[in-house]
Order: sequence, then structure tokens, then C-alpha cells
Amino acid sequence: MPIITYRQALNDTLGEELARDPNVLLMGEEIGVFQGSYRITEGLLEEFGPKRVVDTPIAEEGFVGLAIGAAMLGLRPVVEIMTINFILVAIDQVVNHASKIHYMFGGQVRVPLVIRTPSGGTGQLGATHSQSFENWFAYCPGLKVVAPATPYDAKGLMRAAIRDDDPVMFIESLALYDTKGEVPEDDDFVVPIGVAEVKKQGSDVTVVSYSRMTAVAMQVAQRMEQEGISVEVVDLRSLRPLDRPTIIASVKKTNRAIVIAEDWYSYGVTAEIAATIQEEAFDYLDAPVQRVAGLEVPLPYAQELSAASKPSANSLIHAIRTVMKGKKPK
Amino acid sequence: MAKVEEAAHAALEGENADELKHYYYQMLLLRRFEERTSEMYVKAKIGGYCHLNIGEEATIVGLMAALTPDDYIYTNYREHGYIIARGVPPGPVMAELFGKEGGVSGGRGGSMHLFDAEKHFMGGYAIVGGQIPLAIGAAYALRYQGKPGVVVAQMGDATTNIGAFYESLNLAKLWSLPVLFFIVNNGFGMGTSVSMGSSEPDLWKKGDSFRIHGEQIDGTDVLAVRDACRRLRQKAEQEGEPAILDLVSFRFRGHSVIDADRYRDPDNVRKGREEHDPLRNFATLLHEAEIVDDAFLKASVERVEKEVQEAIDFANASPAPRFEDMYVNMYATEVPNIPGAEDALRAAKISRGEA
Repeated sequence: MPIITYRQALNDTLGEELARDPNVLLMGEEIGVFQGSYRITEGLLEEFGPKRVVDTPIAEEGFVGLAIGAAMLGLRPVVEIMTINFILVAIDQVVNHASKIHYMFGGQVRVPLVIRTPSGGTGQLGATHSQSFENWFAYCPGLKVVAPATPYDAKGLMRAAIRDDDPVMFIESLALYDTKGEVPEDDDFVVPIGVAEVKKQGSDVTVVSYSRMTAVAMQVAQRMEQEGISVEVVDLRSLRPLDRPTIIASVKKTNRAIVIAEDWYSYGVTAEIAATIQEEAFDYLDAPVQRVAGLEVPLPYAQELSAASKPSANSLIHAIRTVMKGKKPK
Repeated sequence: MAKVEEAAHAALEGENADELKHYYYQMLLLRRFEERTSEMYVKAKIGGYCHLNIGEEATIVGLMAALTPDDYIYTNYREHGYIIARGVPPGPVMAELFGKEGGVSGGRGGSMHLFDAEKHFMGGYAIVGGQIPLAIGAAYALRYQGKPGVVVAQMGDATTNIGAFYESLNLAKLWSLPVLFFIVNNGFGMGTSVSMGSSEPDLWKKGDSFRIHGEQIDGTDVLAVRDACRRLRQKAEQEGEPAILDLVSFRFRGHSVIDADRYRDPDNVRKGREEHDPLRNFATLLHEAEIVDDAFLKASVERVEKEVQEAIDFANASPAPRFEDMYVNMYATEVPNIPGAEDALRAAKISRGEA
């Protein structure tokens, strides 16, 4: 399999789907002439023209709603929101409209829409440009929410999302765009929505993560091996539907669990996963479930504070050592 | 011939008598449907919020007379009349208000969320302004696919104060979308008058800075509404010119069935109902022009009475949705790890104290 970046995997898939289905179109701010704020849509305007790659004015509520309406009549728009922070001005369209239209109208109409956007942040982006809101959408029945961690999953989930007849929130990460990995060339390869993956087998402790935190967890897991701690990494890949059985099976095997996510600690994704584990695997736990998440502040700009406000590899290592207390390394 | 009759004949010159009678019948049907709906609400057959179209019959019937089957309609939550005038039978509409499986949205939507895919009635929406971006999106799809037709974005007067309206005006003009911004201006958004809420009370002017043409139309005159809609519809379809229609009418009752309407002067309301009743005014006109006689008017009342009663009977007879179908239509594309019929049944049993 060729090794390509996460960015290239997305760019390739968007191009392939545009070529495959004339009803697929891309919309968003600066995606065409500017070639994408993060170059995910680079070259696509030139290849497919302005009918298929549509530069929008800065009007997220308007063009997200427009994309939903167009999807109701059979188009398959893929909308880029420059960063997830800006979706807040369109959240009524996503939560009150896209997520409800199929169910609320008795299944008479479908909304085959993808909204793709990078979430989280590193690099001093400040209070309004570093947030993680995927849990807001994962909270909402009727949406599907995916958050790939690798180029392989980025490609497979993007293809699945575009071919899916429901609204899909596709969560990316700025820090992952340049990461590399193997991606199959097969045109029909998809990663199913709603299915987690054990990215690394282990026997001592389960780390549940998604998106950038899965990349962190994989690095930490390698390092822990050297200390004789065997870490299993469960990559959620989808936040809604949530693959509870895969999480629970892993925890039943390792008897210890840590959940790591970039979002704020209270009411975040880690809370949902920790609650699920205590509900379904309480008797299997040898230690309390540890949660590693963002500090609860408007994300500060200063470099030292900014770095300390987000979970790091060190935070995860600390949590692993905490849950491993009382258990001798093999 | 007396003067009034001469005037009536002149007003209806060139009109087809059967069409005029049909408009009258439709308006009467909407009026009676809403009166009985109000009654059903009081009897607790209908829950939630319930907004009536009484006083707006000419606006609705005039619009529908101008549309073609290719066209699409998005409305707000005051939409019972729109879906009926578009040709959906009153029975499934009433069944939806009753929350029954036989309702137009399978009982999952309710009064504010009626839908009929076949008739291109694309839904009633209950977040003020939310339907407008959707409507321009439908118009975008028509353009994209090279299909005929226009899209109506129906809304109330107060909706012209929300951001979604302006973003939609900009996109519609920017991208030459075949859309009619159809403002039902009954003077009030709940208890807030147009002049209390809008720095530009002439709503038809609100497209000026977007270079969108606007017109004020007497929303109580079915023929005036029809003619304006036809003209602007054609321009939208053929030239990609969106338009604003400001249809002025009088709201007969409070905002919703449960609104006591304490913020309006009762004398003005009484006077408004007398002067601006589109149904009575149209009946008088048709009678004066000798297009209908007393027997026709009486027969129409009886026909409509029967039709609405049949709708109520249909709604009563339709079954309630089943608990095990709670999650049906949750997703259009199958996906693992979601709850199903058994989960729904178990939850319902626990909730009902049966477990």
C-alpha cells in the first residue's frame, strides 16, 4: 500500500468521489481559488470547475442550510467549515434541521450531507480557534459523527460518509494533516461508520481515544512497551454511533481503562466513555477509570499555558502509571 | 345591472368561473379545517403548539394557484393550509395533528412539521427562519440539475429580522436562484408588531441592498396574490431572479390556539375581521358577479363540513405509532451500534411501569 499523508488521503478521496458521482459537490470558504485554508481541496477547482467546487461567502448558516436543502433534492454536498469553531453560527441548521429532517418527516426525505472540519488545536491559536465541539454533535441523535486518526481511516471514512444517505460530521485535526500512513488503492475500500478499531493489541490497560489523541496514544503505547506495560489502544473512529461493544470487550480483557480526548473535561467525550465502562464492565475493573482531557479554561494564547491546557503524551503516561499502581510490570 | 354587479363583473373579467369557484371552495375548506382543528385542540386531541391559518386563506390559495407541480414549498410552522391547498387530503393532515401513524409525517412531526414528498411540500419548520436557507438550497439543486420549477420560502413578517433571512437573500441573488421569499405579513410576530421589531416596516423593501425586487400585495385578495405569484414565479424560473412578496393580511386570532391575544385592541380585531375576511369578501364578489348563487354557497358549506368531518374520522381511526417503531427512520443508511425495536419496547415498558 502506498504511504501518503492524511491531507493527501482526504484530497484524493474528494477528487475520486467528485469524479465518480456528478451529484457530489464541494462547498466552503476559500476552498477553490485559495485552494483551501489547509490545502485539503488543493487542485480540485482546476480539475472539476466552479460548478463542483464552490467558493462561498462567509455565511455559514446560509450555506450549511443551503447544502441541507440541496441534499434534500438529491445533491451530495461536502461542506468545509474552516475550523469547527465557526460551525457555531450554523449550529441551528445542523442540529435543528439536518439531524431531524429524515426522522421528523417520517422517513420521506434524506439528507446525504458531509460537513468536514478540523477540531481541536495546537500552536497558540487562542480561545476561539482551538476548541473541540465534536461532543456537541455526537450528543445529537440523527447525526453521524466520525473522527479518523490515520490516513487509512481518513480515506475510508470520507468515502463512507460521502456515500452515506445521512448527515455526517467529519472531524479532522490540524495536527494530523501532515502525518503519514498506508492507504489502500482499492476504489471500493471504505471504513464502516459506527465501528471502532483496536489499533494496538495489549493486555495491561485499555486506552480509548480518537483523532489526534489516538496518534498520541499509539506513541505512548510503544514507549510503555519498553517499560513492560502492555497497552491496548481502542480508536473510536466514530463518536455517533458509538461502538460500545468494542470498548467493553477490551476493558474486560485488560481490566483497566483510560479515556483520553482533547475536549474540556466536564461533560466531554471522556465522561460518556467512562460512564459506559462502569455501566457495562464494572465487575471487571481493577482500578477506577482514568480520564485525560483538556483543562477547563478559555484556551489561553501564551505558549506555556496553551501547551499545558491540552492533554499531552505525558498526561497519558501519568494516567497509565496511576491505573497500573499495585500491579507489577511483567 | 346595478353598480356593484357591474364592478364585480369588471373585476372578474376574463376569469374562468370554475377556477373561481374552486378557489372559494379551497378557502372555505381551509377555514373550516382550522376551526375544527381549534376545536380538536380544546378537546385535547391535538397536543403541543398549534398555529392556525384563519384569515390567510387567500394568501395560501392564491399562491397554490400560481405554482406548478415542479415547484417546491418550504414553510414555517403555520402551515396546515399550505399542505392541504397543495393537494394533500385533509385526513392525513388531521391525523398528523392527532399524532397518528396515518399522519403525513407518520405522527413523528406534528402540527409544525407536516411533509409530503410527492407534492413537493418540503416541510413545516419551527425554528424561525430555519426553513429559508433550506429553501434556497432546494432552488440551488434545481439549478444544478437543470430542472424546471421554483422554490417558495414561506415565512412570517417577524422572520425578516433574523440573520438566516439576509444570508439567504445574499446567496439567492449571488447565485441567481429561482426562489420566492413569501412573507405572510399579518402585522404581528406573536405579540410584537412589525413596527416594533423592524426598522424598515415596509418589508418588501428589505431586498433593496441585495438588488432583489420586492412587492407589497393584498394578501386577502386571492386573485391579486395569484397574479403576483405567477408573474414573479415566471421571472424567477426563467431569469433566475429571486423576489420578495410582502403579503399583507389580518391575523384573526392570537398567535397560536392558546394565545389569548391580550396585546391587541379587541375593537380593532373585531373591525379587522369584518373588513379583511378574505373568504367573505370573495364570496360577496362572486355572488355580485353572479358566478355563484345562494345554493352553491350553501352546498359548499355542506361539502366542506362533510370533508372535514371525514378528516377527523380518519384521524381518529388511524392507529397510534407503535413503541417498537421508536427508532425507525433514525437513519436512512443502516449503521451498527444503534438501538432497535427491543430497546424501544423495553424502555417503553419501564417508563409505563410495566417492567
